[in-house]
Amino acid sequence: MSHAVEFDEKTAWHGGKSPFRISYGKMMMWFFLVSDALTFTGLLCSYGFIRHKYSSVWPVAENVFTHFPFIEAHIPLAYVGLMTFILIMSSVTMVLAVEAGHRNDRKGVTLWMFFTIIGGLMFVGSQAWEWYHFIEGTETGAMRQVWDVDKGAYVNQIIHGANMTYNEYGVPQFANFFFFITGFHGFHVFSGVVINIIIFINVLIGTYEKRGHYEMIEKVGLYWHFVDLVWVFVFTFFYLL
Amino acid sequence: MEHTHAATLHGHDAHDHDHAHHEHHQTFVQKYVFSQDHKVISRQFLITAVVMAVIAMMMSILFRLQLAWPGEKFAIFEILLGKKWGKDGILDPNAYLALVTIHGTIMVFFVLTGGLSGTFSNLLIPYQIGARDMASGFLNMLSYWFFFLSSVIMLSSLFIEDGPASGGWTVYPPLSALPEAIPGSKLGMTLWLTSMTLFVVSSLLGSLNYIVTVLNLRTKGMKMTRLPLTVWAFLITAILGVLSFPVLVSCVLLLIFDRSMGTSFYLSDIYIGGRPLEQVGGSPILFEHLFWFLGHPEVYIVILPAFGITSEIISTNARKPIFGYRAMVGSLIAIAFLSCIVWGHHMFMTGMNPFLGSVFVFTTLLIAIPSAVKAFNYLTTLWRGNIQYTPAMVFSIGLVSSFVTGGVTGIILADSTLDITIHDTYFVVGHFHIVMGVSAIFGMFAGVYHWFPKMFLRTMNKKLGYLHFWLTFIGAYGVFFPMHFLGLAGVPRRYYTNSNFPIFDNLVDMNVIITCSAILAAFAQMIFLINFFYSIFRGEKASQNPWRSNSLEWTTPMAHIHGNWPGALPEVHRWPYDYSKPGYEEDFVPQTVPLAPGEEDGGEH
Repeated sequence: MSHAVEFDEKTAWHGGKSPFRISYGKMMMWFFLVSDALTFTGLLCSYGFIRHKYSSVWPVAENVFTHFPFIEAHIPLAYVGLMTFILIMSSVTMVLAVEAGHRNDRKGVTLWMFFTIIGGLMFVGSQAWEWYHFIEGTETGAMRQVWDVDKGAYVNQIIHGANMTYNEYGVPQFANFFFFITGFHGFHVFSGVVINIIIFINVLIGTYEKRGHYEMIEKVGLYWHFVDLVWVFVFTFFYLL
Repeated sequence: MEHTHAATLHGHDAHDHDHAHHEHHQTFVQKYVFSQDHKVISRQFLITAVVMAVIAMMMSILFRLQLAWPGEKFAIFEILLGKKWGKDGILDPNAYLALVTIHGTIMVFFVLTGGLSGTFSNLLIPYQIGARDMASGFLNMLSYWFFFLSSVIMLSSLFIEDGPASGGWTVYPPLSALPEAIPGSKLGMTLWLTSMTLFVVSSLLGSLNYIVTVLNLRTKGMKMTRLPLTVWAFLITAILGVLSFPVLVSCVLLLIFDRSMGTSFYLSDIYIGGRPLEQVGGSPILFEHLFWFLGHPEVYIVILPAFGITSEIISTNARKPIFGYRAMVGSLIAIAFLSCIVWGHHMFMTGMNPFLGSVFVFTTLLIAIPSAVKAFNYLTTLWRGNIQYTPAMVFSIGLVSSFVTGGVTGIILADSTLDITIHDTYFVVGHFHIVMGVSAIFGMFAGVYHWFPKMFLRTMNKKLGYLHFWLTFIGAYGVFFPMHFLGLAGVPRRYYTNSNFPIFDNLVDMNVIITCSAILAAFAQMIFLINFFYSIFRGEKASQNPWRSNSLEWTTPMAHIHGNWPGALPEVHRWPYDYSKPGYEEDFVPQTVPLAPGEEDGGEH
């Protein structure tokens, strides 16, 4: 453990070659995304497994998600369509930020990162609104049977909306998976927004300009596109199919 | 031109590296505690795993005492487990379940996954590919500290009032989901799940680092086909970890929600005290699918690094090139691929469609092919070799033996028709302990004996090594071989006692033999521990290349220097298995020796 043998800085890191012409950070991000994709795959497969069990009575999304903020009208799936559009647009602005980074254009990166963050926040906010309506439910509600301890028998109970245990619109697993998977995805978007804000601050104070390249934007960009892609699957499985 | 390009790619690392270098006055904490050096992290993993292994081994002795002499009084129960779990020296049935569960969890995850991969991937990947360190030293450090935190939480669950998780290491719901089910499903289960989540984080950070380091930081001339088989094994293990552990995350998260949030992913039709549970409609089979999608690759995450270590040690100590290098790499990849499509063989008894069952039988039996390739290649490498019986070598040969023994019973279990009769009996316990427990730990011991000079700059005592091997070998077979007969006789696993079944009365003697063998094997590990810790401080100083080996780690100086090589990184000119090559005076040709004019690289000769 002695330092008798000195380390020669001049020759450090010479000779190694990266066969993939890609930095370790970017490659690590790719493998992380593969891993994360498998977590979502696990969840979506579980969703498919349970949904298959209840294929005849599974609630139809068009009958569940009909509200649109500020207007009373019932327009099935319009709001979630808007949310999806916003998230996809935030991916577009992220592409523009990465492109500006390639040109070392600090102003461009700042502008497009700003829009990306706004897009992410709007999506998370909309999701909260969507949850709110799902939890509130309808005025008429639905009937379910619960065990009454005193009577020692099942009794009827009127329920409104959905939560972790019951669901006005049908089998409780619909609500369980909806909350869990959209929540897990929403947590990913939220983390993405936080990371984007950190990167945004670094752009503002000129960290990457000093470093000479904007590779960090590319790395968070990969994550952001991934989160976007996952949403496309979540959206398809929960709302369209 | 190439150099310039490489320099830009690593520009960032080089900067960090130089920066670290300028800080000559690293504090003790920076150097040995929160270290980012792969050599220190590797030793941290090893020492933690040794501590965990000793605890898990003690647990196995405790429940083996109960199995051999059911209901007998042993003062040690009360001494070690306290008045609640070992009242008057009699083991409490709940404590038995807890011991079995935590023994399995610690051995599978903390010793053979974290300990084995964590120690040797960290030590050998940078050394053998000719890199200064891991791609990201910081994430590597985090990987260890998540592992440490997860170990601490797992151990802390031993000291809580209701005891640790006790639903088996597979934590099947509803047993694990409902706190009312057993004491072990209360706080202990929550701690178990928390600990495992942190473990997955640690494993992910480690695996990402291993993959990227192998792909990106190889020294000049170190083509993928010139990598030692150890590095190949670590790479494939890491990829397998990245693919399967995240599914455990989804599995565990859903279980946490069922336990704490009132969801019913896994729960249905349950009555507690005559009262129906409000959570209905889920499926416990879903848990098994998710769990075994990780669980089966996990056994290969355990055994593949041991294969890599064995390949390297057998070739070095047979003084012969490894037989069929490409077949060895191919079989590693094939095993890893197949391991992801066989999980259903753990679920033949769940009411699965028999057709689907036969698909899983088929894919499972396919694994026998690459496994046989490995076993035969080890044997052909040994064949007519100039075998050097170092302690590492005897453990490697021991691995080949136990892997064949366990593999043969694996073929029996893979067949659904046979599995139905011996499912959940001691036959299964015997099978998986030999094939993944004994084999993997033999690989780990082999690695410790072989690379001890690189880790601690000293060598371990050879004679104690042989004694350790023979006692462990006899002890391990003495424990697990009779278990097959117990299983064929129908003795179910996981039972606290079988004394209520007169049919098993004449098998009690066999349980006594097993327990005595277990005590013998535990005693052998004490010899190892004394040898290990004594040699760290007082062992004989090692020479630079004590095993006369070819790979790059033996070209580093006998000092732990930051950056591994003083001066330039070594350049690689040949594959790592040029042992006893005709035309060379020495019986080994290090990878750094340039090819002679007209000399061919690689292949047998």
